[in-house]
Amino acid sequence: MNAPIVVEIEKTFPDRKVDVAFTLEPERAWTVLFGPSGAGKTTVLRCLAGLDRPDRGLIRFGGETWFDSQKRRFLPPQKRTIGYFFQDYALFPHLSVRNNIGYHLPDLSRTERSARIGEMLDVFDLGSLADRNVRSLSGGEKQRVALARTLVRRPRLLLLDEPLSALDQPTRVRLRKDLRKLLGRFDIPVLLVTHDRTEALSLGDRLIVMNEGSILQQGSISDVFSRPNQKRTAEIVGMENVLPGEMVAQADGMAQVRVGNHQLTTLAGDCDPGPVMVGIRAEDIVLLPENSPRSSARNRLTGVLRHITHEETLVRLTVDCGFPLDALITRESLAELDLREERTVHLAVKATEIHLFPHT
Amino acid sequence: MNLDPFYLSLRLAAVVTAGLLVLGIPLAGWLSQTRWKWKFLVESMVALPIVLPPTVLGYYILVAISPNSWLGSAYLKVFGDTLPFTFQGLVLASLLYSLPFAVQPFLASFESVDLRLSEAAWMLGASRIKTFLTVVLPSSVPGLLTGIVLSFAHTLGEFGVVLLVGGNIPGSTRVVSIAIFDNVQSMEYHEAGQMSLVLLVFSFMVLALVYAVNRRIWAVSPKRF
Repeated sequence: MNAPIVVEIEKTFPDRKVDVAFTLEPERAWTVLFGPSGAGKTTVLRCLAGLDRPDRGLIRFGGETWFDSQKRRFLPPQKRTIGYFFQDYALFPHLSVRNNIGYHLPDLSRTERSARIGEMLDVFDLGSLADRNVRSLSGGEKQRVALARTLVRRPRLLLLDEPLSALDQPTRVRLRKDLRKLLGRFDIPVLLVTHDRTEALSLGDRLIVMNEGSILQQGSISDVFSRPNQKRTAEIVGMENVLPGEMVAQADGMAQVRVGNHQLTTLAGDCDPGPVMVGIRAEDIVLLPENSPRSSARNRLTGVLRHITHEETLVRLTVDCGFPLDALITRESLAELDLREERTVHLAVKATEIHLFPHT
Repeated sequence: MNLDPFYLSLRLAAVVTAGLLVLGIPLAGWLSQTRWKWKFLVESMVALPIVLPPTVLGYYILVAISPNSWLGSAYLKVFGDTLPFTFQGLVLASLLYSLPFAVQPFLASFESVDLRLSEAAWMLGASRIKTFLTVVLPSSVPGLLTGIVLSFAHTLGEFGVVLLVGGNIPGSTRVVSIAIFDNVQSMEYHEAGQMSLVLLVFSFMVLALVYAVNRRIWAVSPKRF
């Protein structure tokens, strides 16, 4: 699969308008469409699927044109060979697990068909449920059936609409960790819609932030989180410092995480040793005077203060600790601590204010 | 009690109900899928028998199937028989008269099937027709059953259209409702009362059976899924 997917669409509703342009790059990657509900994320997904028709614009998949309003071209959803995962699964209630998965495989012979279904049952650990009616399954089981059904025909692109939102909390945490691993073997690009920051951070490689029908910013996860291009983006992502890290040790619910040259002490949360995303809110970073005595904050960092930016009521400090960190302090603190650009500063963060997101 | 009118009524209702299944499912299926802007005209046509006096409907059907009309003369050429005052004519008239009682429950149940299920089937590559047959139809069993029973009961109970199109010919168009009317006209109240009672009890039993079965079907319907 090396086809870039080009999307430039416009669709007007009585009360709102969706107008977006983006390109999904060919390399295997998870792109997250992120934004508050009502931002138009699902509309974009449905237009890509062919379930909704944009008013204007074009959608191209490599050399294929799926939609072109000028040439009056519209490829129906059946012909696009993409997988769509519905928020509430949309399993066929009158069919068994096996028949849901094998619902439409007309190009396969009888033996190929049952082999393919058997393979999906194995991958998604559904073997023992194969002949159960889908109505009798738990939320997590339904989700796996829906994924298996979506992937059984080898789609060229996978669209996931809030794949974890219908699950209870423990199942959601477990599947958030496993989803990328589970789908990794299918090697297809994924476009995922979510309004949940944790999901975006755990599952995404690239982020497209949407608000009120348009795209505010797109880029790699840490770029968008760390350097939001406008106030609204910052509000939506809600966490200024997001850094890739590696959990190196874990004991008693606490973890040691290496970020750049620093080692941070954090709560382990639902993460396991390995790659993680580390999130710290700017307002949770404390500036310490030089030679300050010990405090309860587990993490101390030293860096060079690069920028002082005055915002409405607070002051934003950008500190270079080998990686950039933003901190928000009051004007009074700025004066008291006598902070100047290009000087060395000392930062402290409590272990409980460093948020870890599993990222495999 | 003469049972012939009962046999005739049941035969008519059975034939008409079967015909309405064959006609009504595609028609309701098409109505539930189409985005054609004149669809409302078709819906109005289908619903006409509900509001029209049976005599008006009967009059137009009678005119339409008379050997002088194109329909009647075509039928005469193909089958060598005329339609008015025959069982076949009665079937045709009843099909039209009971059409809304089949199509409307069918349509309502097709439209109540979660659109997402159809969309999921399309995304898996299934055509619109396959989706309708394998996803929409199996989820519409209660609605189909309701439509079947309503059209059966409605055909059993029709009077005005039958009288105009079929007349009162024993063995071929003298159905129960006509026979009862006939008995009352000729002051045979005892016979009329017996027939009425049988029809009343039968209709009640059919409806009770359907409501009982329907409730059980609803208990496991996709709505609760």
